[in-house]
Amino acid sequence: MTADTPTPAAVAHASAHKLVSARRIWAIASNTFRDLVRQKVFYFMLVFALILIGTSLAMSAMTFKGQLETVMDVCLGAMSVFTMLLAVLATAMLLPKDMEDRTLYTILAKPVSRFEYLAGKLKGVTMILFVATLLMTAAFCIVLHFWQGREIENILLTEPAERAKAAIAALKTGTFTPTLFGAIGVIFLRSVVCAALTMMLSCFATSWLFTVIVSMMMLLAGHLVPIARSAWQGPLGTSDVPLHLALLLRVITVFVPDMQLFNVVDDIAGGVTVANEIFLRIAGLGIGYIVVYLLVGWLFFAWREL
Amino acid sequence: MKGRVLGILVLLAWGVAKLGFEGRLEQRMQDARLGGFKPTASLRQQAGQAGFIAALGGLRAAVADMLWIRAHMAWQDVQYGRMKLLFDTCTAMQPRRVNFWDTAAWHMAWNGSVNAETHETDPVVKKAKMREFYELGKDFLLRGIESNPDSWELYDRLGMLYRDKYRDMEKASKAYDEASQRPGHLEYTRRFAAYYLADVPGREREAYGRLMALFQESDHEWLPTLFRQLQKLEVKLAIPDGDRIWHTVMKHAHTPGKEDSAYTALSDLIKTGSKEREVLEMARTLEQKMDIPAERRVKFPPQAMRP
Repeated sequence: MTADTPTPAAVAHASAHKLVSARRIWAIASNTFRDLVRQKVFYFMLVFALILIGTSLAMSAMTFKGQLETVMDVCLGAMSVFTMLLAVLATAMLLPKDMEDRTLYTILAKPVSRFEYLAGKLKGVTMILFVATLLMTAAFCIVLHFWQGREIENILLTEPAERAKAAIAALKTGTFTPTLFGAIGVIFLRSVVCAALTMMLSCFATSWLFTVIVSMMMLLAGHLVPIARSAWQGPLGTSDVPLHLALLLRVITVFVPDMQLFNVVDDIAGGVTVANEIFLRIAGLGIGYIVVYLLVGWLFFAWREL
Repeated sequence: MKGRVLGILVLLAWGVAKLGFEGRLEQRMQDARLGGFKPTASLRQQAGQAGFIAALGGLRAAVADMLWIRAHMAWQDVQYGRMKLLFDTCTAMQPRRVNFWDTAAWHMAWNGSVNAETHETDPVVKKAKMREFYELGKDFLLRGIESNPDSWELYDRLGMLYRDKYRDMEKASKAYDEASQRPGHLEYTRRFAAYYLADVPGREREAYGRLMALFQESDHEWLPTLFRQLQKLEVKLAIPDGDRIWHTVMKHAHTPGKEDSAYTALSDLIKTGSKEREVLEMARTLEQKMDIPAERRVKFPPQAMRP
């Protein structure tokens, strides 16, 4: 061994003190995941299942057209809301709980940077959201498959042969589409954006209740961003909106995420096909939000007195 | 404090940078006909405060479905005015749901007008009310087409509305023509466009050309309505006997191995007005050759055979 070659102990030492270590982030993430599972967050699946069954039973009693679309609308809507709520509530609790349990101080006393801690926490929540989305998708697919069968039976009974064949083919190609699963992917991405936003807010908040309320308000306002944007279209002062209001709306548009851009499920349930390029752009925007919120969260957290 | 200032600066920089991207993405999504939902005061009134907030918060489709179910209940209660308002809200919330527009139009133009016809005693008021319902149905279809210009179904229903309610065959034909140019259309839309053109005064020559094109395309197109319309136009336009369709059908009947389809075509020709002696005789010959039982044989018209 020459003098220039580092010893194994030196390599291990250098690795332990890397600015960002994937292993340390993974360790925090897996602990966060386990902790959230222990808190029985998956109980919400029971409520989701009840909604699915309830909707199916309600639809059976109805005799109007479009039951399949209605089931799809309700299920995708429920998935959208549940993942968003899960993201906000699970993330808002993380930091205050760790501070209350003093776990945070134990972790940060070790060679773990504050960035790694936050990234690990966000990764843990992302894992929970991924599993939750997967479980909901599985339940949704079962219900959708059942309703597709019902719809086919209905078509065979009511439509003439030529129409029935075409209608069944259209139904089969239009139900389990790549667009549908792309939309579920957007629901998941949106939930991670919500988690990142909540984490950023919790980095300077003093109570989890504040974090939850502000996150919810920001997300609701986020759905109104297109309206705010349309109110000040054109250079300042050229629209009908008064200047001070236009400025306020611009500030809102700058600081609040546009959540409507992640809201594609409403149209997809109606049979709209979305191009891959749009999905990629949405994914790019989502990843941008997650990275920026994590970075800002770290900036808030790095200088925070603990 | 330093961290907070830095954080806000990063947020500001990101906010400014993302504006252009978000604007372009929104535009791209609108071009792809995603969204299209405009929150208005009337929507707020119809959906209620909770429903409106839920719709804005990502549950638009579910809220629209809920209102749709309410509209269905209003139909069961025979409340057409309420139904119209609810349908307006549903379609405004989900403008890309073709079946919302289709069913709303059907309820108005068919069920609503029949309800007025059944319950109104004054003939003048009855007619006016029925007309009003037709207009409401047409309005739903036209607005639906505006939001879904690629939908063949909505053009198909518009054609049906013009044909059955307005008895305007020119507009019906045009609507079916439009339907036949949309992706996924069913074959009958192309046929219907030509069939109904034959009933438009002044456009008989054009209709004859289109119907003949269908006739010559394949014997699969030899359907009773095509024969009826063509034979009607042959008389109206005084088409020379040698050019009339029965000659082509006769030629088909003489083709070995085509007896089955030829007999169907001949019987359809007779049922839709053909009185030519050769046609009738050929039909009888095929009946004997194919050993068709008496009850399934084509009934000849009561008039004398044309020489």
